Amino acid sequence: MELLQMGIVIVVLLLLVKPVGTYMFHVFSNEPNRTDKVFGSTENIIYKIIGLRNRDSMNWKKYVLSFIATNAVLIAISYLLLRFQGILPGNPNGNENMEASLALNTIISFMTNTNLQHYSGESGVTYLTQMAFVTMMMFTSAASGAAIAVAFIRGITRRGEGLGNFFQDFTKAIIRIFLPLALIVTILLVGLKVPQTFDPTATVTTLEGVEQQITMGPIASLESIKHLGTNGGGFFGANSSHPFENPSPLTNVIEILSMWLLAASLPYMFGLFAKNKKQGWVIFSSMMILFLIFLSISYSSEKAGNPAINTLGIESSQGSMEGKEVRFGIAQSALFSTVTTAATTGSVNNMHDTLTPLGGLAALSGMMLNVVFGGKGVGLVNMLMYAILGVFICGLMVGRTPEFLGRKIEAREMKLIALVILVHPFIILVPTALSFMTASGYDSISNPGFHGLTQSLYEYTSSAANNGSGFEGLADNNVFWNVSTGLVMFFGRYMSIIAMLAVAGSLNVKKPVAETIGTFRTDNKLFIGILIGVVLLIGALTFLPVIVLGPVAEFLTLH
Amino acid sequence: MNNIDSSHKKNSIIGIAIRVSLVMIVLCGIIYPTVSTGIAQVIFPSQANGSMVKDREGKVVGSELIGQTFTNPAFFQGRVSSIENNGAGSGSNNYAPSNPELVKRIQESMVAWEAANPDVPLEQLPIDLVTNSGSGLDPDISPASAKAQIPRISKLTGLDQAMLQELVDIHTKERDLGVFGEPRVNVLLLNIDLGEKVKK
Repeated sequence: MELLQMGIVIVVLLLLVKPVGTYMFHVFSNEPNRTDKVFGSTENIIYKIIGLRNRDSMNWKKYVLSFIATNAVLIAISYLLLRFQGILPGNPNGNENMEASLALNTIISFMTNTNLQHYSGESGVTYLTQMAFVTMMMFTSAASGAAIAVAFIRGITRRGEGLGNFFQDFTKAIIRIFLPLALIVTILLVGLKVPQTFDPTATVTTLEGVEQQITMGPIASLESIKHLGTNGGGFFGANSSHPFENPSPLTNVIEILSMWLLAASLPYMFGLFAKNKKQGWVIFSSMMILFLIFLSISYSSEKAGNPAINTLGIESSQGSMEGKEVRFGIAQSALFSTVTTAATTGSVNNMHDTLTPLGGLAALSGMMLNVVFGGKGVGLVNMLMYAILGVFICGLMVGRTPEFLGRKIEAREMKLIALVILVHPFIILVPTALSFMTASGYDSISNPGFHGLTQSLYEYTSSAANNGSGFEGLADNNVFWNVSTGLVMFFGRYMSIIAMLAVAGSLNVKKPVAETIGTFRTDNKLFIGILIGVVLLIGALTFLPVIVLGPVAEFLTLH
Repeated sequence: MNNIDSSHKKNSIIGIAIRVSLVMIVLCGIIYPTVSTGIAQVIFPSQANGSMVKDREGKVVGSELIGQTFTNPAFFQGRVSSIENNGAGSGSNNYAPSNPELVKRIQESMVAWEAANPDVPLEQLPIDLVTNSGSGLDPDISPASAKAQIPRISKLTGLDQAMLQELVDIHTKERDLGVFGEPRVNVLLLNIDLGEKVKK
């Protein structure tokens, strides 16, 4: 039954990939299609309000500039909202203004689609900021990511036409994809008991006559976009393990599919842009194979349980239930954890700090590789980066100029890609080391032994991959962690996006090379193997030592 | 063929960026959640307001989704909660599997179990009863965990074991759609019914 319920979710996803990928292609190909009738007029009103007179294609620099300018404006307004939330309306529970370093961390976290939360939703934000900041950022950061992915795809598949218009992509992503889907999922979730109200915290007298506080609010409208936009920041501190955010296994399945769907459909959309569906499926299959490896590790490890508890003599056949909810059990927890770290959502329905060592390792690896589906757009862009790297390595081995999608891969592209590949481990490993060298970093670690290292490592990996989940025992709301993870999230997002759009811009203006019988094919099974091999090789070379010191060492102490 | 736009000046990009941000703050941050709340309140009023439960007299005693702490041993007990099921917060101890505090806490729970349930040996004590839930507010326990408490409750309330088992069966929720999740028993709903039975 446990394997079956995970299998069904995966099959439903597979069935949805083609229609959703096709829909997204229609939205972003900018050719006239049926969705214009429904959404065209709304978009035209928005274009008029924002003063977007022509929607011409931009070169990569202009696209990046527009993206950064929009993000900067959103960051500035949000900072003010958080700093003054206490005196603004929409604060029925009387919560206070947010402290400066925490506000800085929080806005970067939401703008970069990370949603690492060093505050607790119950007391750290108000209803107004839950909506106008948190919920709003979930739309805009996801739309920014989707726009970047589409721009990258246009760059490497279309010839000399530029990357598209950022403001048009951004608006379309919200109006045609995120808003309609979010409304549907919101209503579904409310029907399945997720609260959606403006009433303040309720106080009840329990069956035993004790007072109990019950925090509520506009939860469902946040919950839906939190997953659709692979954001992951919870309304509550306990995130999707909280019964109000995720009341039943059915809502759990809806949330899993919500965060997985768009990310998994992007490779298919890419295939349509490239006019080569097989190329899309090759990317998708590579992701799915890596995903299944992580899921198997996570599920079997959690099901086997914690040896330290299993030997105590209680009935422990359920598996490792510390930090998990009874309604989800192991299968729905392991599936959720693997999807959330693969799709860089970062919501959790069980506490990742309490995962068994190998279960924690599976979650960590998904974020370290950061190519398995990935958050809105970023995963696909990263996977395509590895595809170019794979072509390059194979080209070196057989001694011919590497090509990808009919374009020569040359020194400029490889330099940029090398930069992206090196920055990722750098902003994970260096801050992790720093956290052990400074008192304010070290004192925050709550678990003794090897697991303590994993706590810090997980925090920075999650930040760098813009995931946002955490080993939440870590006492991370202080200036050291707020500033350091803020910087890591910032560089993790913007460095790689700018570099990859530069790659796309450079490939976009290259002369196409004719395909010959000697062209190395990137749309067959062999290339799936090469792609997975390159991803695992680079990942292992960079992260194996620290993995041995953290989760592997903890595993060995328990067994 | 080459229609890359070159007319946008930096100023106009920043102007558009400011206006598009304001539009989206209003649309996604104000209109969308407000409309969602309106629709939710009209078509699902009970669910949208926290699925509150009332006892026989019509007094609200909690939410069916939020676990409660039961100190009276004549009630069924829920899972361990480091926050005492206080719904003003949420979360768990976040003990790592290798943390000695975890084993210590579980051993204390086992000692307490043995004292309160002398008729049920430890190997029948299910793990979900001695582990902290993720949210600290888990409203459910496994059916095995409810069953293991029946002998104690029967002794304290004088109710027949078979009748208690029947009560547990009524409140056992099967997997969603027959496949998803795990079978579970809602402790609050079960205890409300148990309370009624005791009164009779």
